[in-house]
Amino acid sequence: MEYIELFFKSIFIDNMVFATFLGMCSFLAVSKKVATAVGLGAAVIFVMLITVPLNWLLDHYLLQPGALVWLGQDYADYDLSFLSFIMFIATIATMVQLVEIVVEKFSPSLYNSLGIFLPLIAVNCAILGGSLFMQSREIPTLGLATVYGVSSGIGWFLAILAIAAIREKIRYSNVPPALRGLGITFIITGLMAIGFMSFGGMLTGGDDAKKETKTVKVEEPANKDKVKKQLANNTEIIK
Amino acid sequence: MGLLSKKDGKLILDPLTDNNPITIQVLGICSALAITAQLKASIVMAISVTAVVAIGNLIISLMRNIIPSKIRIIVQLVVVAALVIVVDLVLKAFSYELSKTLSVFVGLIITNCIIMGRFEAFALANGPWRSFLDGIGNGAGYGLILIIVGFFRELLGSGTLLGFKVLGDPIEKTGLYAIGYENNGFMLLSPMALIVLGIIIWIQRSRNKALIEDH
Repeated sequence: MEYIELFFKSIFIDNMVFATFLGMCSFLAVSKKVATAVGLGAAVIFVMLITVPLNWLLDHYLLQPGALVWLGQDYADYDLSFLSFIMFIATIATMVQLVEIVVEKFSPSLYNSLGIFLPLIAVNCAILGGSLFMQSREIPTLGLATVYGVSSGIGWFLAILAIAAIREKIRYSNVPPALRGLGITFIITGLMAIGFMSFGGMLTGGDDAKKETKTVKVEEPANKDKVKKQLANNTEIIK
Repeated sequence: MGLLSKKDGKLILDPLTDNNPITIQVLGICSALAITAQLKASIVMAISVTAVVAIGNLIISLMRNIIPSKIRIIVQLVVVAALVIVVDLVLKAFSYELSKTLSVFVGLIITNCIIMGRFEAFALANGPWRSFLDGIGNGAGYGLILIIVGFFRELLGSGTLLGFKVLGDPIEKTGLYAIGYENNGFMLLSPMALIVLGIIIWIQRSRNKALIEDH
């Protein structure tokens, strides 16, 4: 249950693009055609599937305060968490390079479709963002970290697919000249983000006792204004 | 511009307007938008990014002849990550509250496309002094947009600027609130950052027709 909840939560409510604006650069740059958007989106899912659990392991066995306890009691009070940026980005960059080499060797056809996107991914904020959020939200187990990685990737994939489809259509519309291209894409993304906010109330019905106390609080304000306020609070907390 | 030659001055001034990293080059939007709900956070973010991109440009430019091109991305990431750790620790030391607000977005300066973009496009091909100026210029261009967006979102969203209640007190109904003005809480939500930015681009491109794209 926990897994399913986290899965849908990270796809819809905490969508990488619409809730936290991560991966916007490649989102805007590679969303002119649906086919390329699908390629990049698939590559993002794939890389997140690998890097988030890997960084979870690094975080838990190397970086957190007291994580080095497996080396012996002397290391119990070491706190290397200030190194996490450099560790995470190094993991991501090397994994991307490694994935590129492995895919090239074993599946040339997949390499041809994904290949050009892989270098782009090393600097995609969604990937590093996934690892950093994994750390700051204190995701407890390796399994959950994996689910979090995959579902955030899927959320990003959905977002870029949707915007690419809209941009292909919008070519035939009469957009004010100065707004064409980047400007209208920004505004559409904003509107889509507002749309995605409506998913905010989706997961308020949990099944365990702890959740239920929370649910009562959330369900009480049934009218829209209060739900919106709740949402605003949520986004504040996320930030 | 007594200190700088005309060409060097252009390096700083261009990114502020016609070659702005956010509105024209489409770089660095990732970490830019989420933190603009408050003006103060925007200013801090602008300063941090300017410092990182300027110093990073300088370092990469100094090393440009000894970095093997195959692994240059990893080298660049390591340089940026080291600088960002310094920024993060400085923020934590001198303004802990703010570093909590910015949370992971300080870390995300690493993957800010402006930084990698300027390294690739400028620092790898130019000398240290020019690269440093280019970094300052692009950081300032980025900061300018960030501050404009932050200004409007904080002013319209919560009626304050840098925490000062410039429009009066919404609870005691003073100032503008006395005549029935209400804060637009929607401006504080993240999608509005995108829409404000879209409008800024609209205005900029209407003023300078050369920048208009054909779809």
